[in-house]
Amino acid sequence: MPDPMRIRATEQPDGVDVRVLMSHEMETGQRRDSAGAIVPAHFIQTVVVSYNGKPVLNAEWGPAVAKNPYLQFKFKGGKKGEKVSVTWVDNKGETRTDEATIG
Amino acid sequence: MHRSRREFVKAGSVLGLTVAAGLITAEEARAQQQAWNKAAFESKSLDETVKALGGSGSAQSADVAITAPDIAENGAVVPVAVASKIPNTQAIYILVEKNPNTLAAGFGIPAGTEANVATRIKMGQTSNVYAVVKADNKFYVATKEIKVTLGGCGG
Repeated sequence: MPDPMRIRATEQPDGVDVRVLMSHEMETGQRRDSAGAIVPAHFIQTVVVSYNGKPVLNAEWGPAVAKNPYLQFKFKGGKKGEKVSVTWVDNKGETRTDEATIG
Repeated sequence: MHRSRREFVKAGSVLGLTVAAGLITAEEARAQQQAWNKAAFESKSLDETVKALGGSGSAQSADVAITAPDIAENGAVVPVAVASKIPNTQAIYILVEKNPNTLAAGFGIPAGTEANVATRIKMGQTSNVYAVVKADNKFYVATKEIKVTLGGCGG
């Protein structure tokens, strides 16, 4: 099971600011190990951020997103105390969902 | 004997349920994977990527802003933010010209979400970074060169 994400969602005058830090290797599939064999690609492909069951951001990523990916954006309509959930799926089919309360 | 058979059946059905539950999430994961635009992520240039995303070409736009350092000391972690002032922005893409595959990341922006995202990308070498914005099914682009200094000695 991959490590949990760190999610911070804060209510601001112009919307809810969401910051997510995921824990993932983001292996590109271009690197070789000490024996010269290619390290197989392993990276997050899709990220969905939902609020009230509705997506507020759909991300599609390639292996060029940095290790332990960071994501920041803002959406309108969220209120303090409500929940934001983030789900990612990687190219091996592993997935993780975490929730945070808007503060 | 009768009892052990009962238990066997019970254990079997519990096992079946867990597998079924596992299959559902695996199925969902697969559906999400299929939504991933493989052709776009395998493209090798700005024009190819825009085509793979369903556009015919892109226009330079001053309403698209890239916020990133001029010089990145570590190509493995380059912070990049893209903001679009174009109305009806549907999606934002970040492209790196000289990476093995041009497209680094794409963000679908539903109504109500600000057309302003920040993330961190990898860059193999000094290169132009493109921010491509899809609005009203047209593509707009902004360019910024980011210098990557290897070896960690700074600029």
